[in-house]
Amino acid sequence: MPGNQAPPVEVTLGEIFSAFLLIGSTSFGGGVMAYLRSSLVDKHRWIDDPTFVQMLAMSQSLPGLNSTNIAVLAGDRLRGTAGAAVAMGGLCLPGGIIMFIIGMLHGAHADRPLVTAMLHGVGAAAVGLVMAVAVQIGRKVLTRIDDLAFVALAVIGVNVLHLSVLLVLVVVGALAIWWHRPRPDAQGPLAR
Amino acid sequence: MSQLPALIWVFAYLSLLTVGGGLAAFPELKTLTVGTYHWLTSTQLIHLYSLGQIAPGPNMMMVAAVGERVASVAGALAVVIAFFGPTGILTLATGRLWRRLEGWRWREPIQRGLAPVAVGLLVAGSISLAKGALTGWTGVAIAAAVFALLLSTRINPAFLILCGAVAGLFAFGVR
Repeated sequence: MPGNQAPPVEVTLGEIFSAFLLIGSTSFGGGVMAYLRSSLVDKHRWIDDPTFVQMLAMSQSLPGLNSTNIAVLAGDRLRGTAGAAVAMGGLCLPGGIIMFIIGMLHGAHADRPLVTAMLHGVGAAAVGLVMAVAVQIGRKVLTRIDDLAFVALAVIGVNVLHLSVLLVLVVVGALAIWWHRPRPDAQGPLAR
Repeated sequence: MSQLPALIWVFAYLSLLTVGGGLAAFPELKTLTVGTYHWLTSTQLIHLYSLGQIAPGPNMMMVAAVGERVASVAGALAVVIAFFGPTGILTLATGRLWRRLEGWRWREPIQRGLAPVAVGLLVAGSISLAKGALTGWTGVAIAAAVFALLLSTRINPAFLILCGAVAGLFAFGVR
């Protein structure tokens, strides 16, 4: 595996925390992943690009948000469990405080007509945003025609049959993993 | 106060569904917080989720706002810890294990297989959000404009959400 030999730089917990705090407070508009890459790989050189790509692939197949999963993996790599904890804490703290305040303001003012009107617009814009994100990720991830079958099964399960997300995840997930199951192939890297 | 145990279990459970992104858990988030526990209305949830797209950092920090609505500071803290704690520990453990599973033949199938399922859950979450958020043609037009701009330009999404607020003000507020 490439990139497993990260330079053993001595990084303090404070440095990890402040790097993630900076990302957590400046990454407006989603796309936290790009901010993480540019900070961890380019600016601090704490991990190299192949390692980052690998962490991203892992983050995507684990429960948890991709950005916090990356924070945990990178923090663990730099300073073990404590590193993982401060990385995740730094990343979440600013947005958490902002959303806490928004929660309070929303409770107090959301029923004013003009605020409600703005929130309707925000909700509609958010729909456009999440659909664009789904398309962008889909373009990257869906490489074969049979992948579309699993996308469709998940959508039908959740939106048409109204099954619980957990059930859909377990059943369709198991089916998809089985579909890509390792086949005996002497040529492959599996021979090892 | 009595809501704290329910908050903790609901958000710990929801966190395990976020394979591929927070949006994957949205349909279940709606079912549990609006339907089962009546912590907030569907409209309130959609507002908070949408506002959460403006905040920096991970795009699910809106869970703090839900916790705040239900049980103030204690609620927000409980929800954030329940939502980020278990998956954080799971990722930490799997990350260490994963490196040792270098040659494991199921590693690749798991990554390959879960990727399209994760995209499917994102699409399902988008549809679920759209059903609640788009109440008329004006909303559809705003969503379509944001969608098209994001796929064709490099505009910051947070800026477009703010534009949505202005558009909403004129479309729904000024008569």
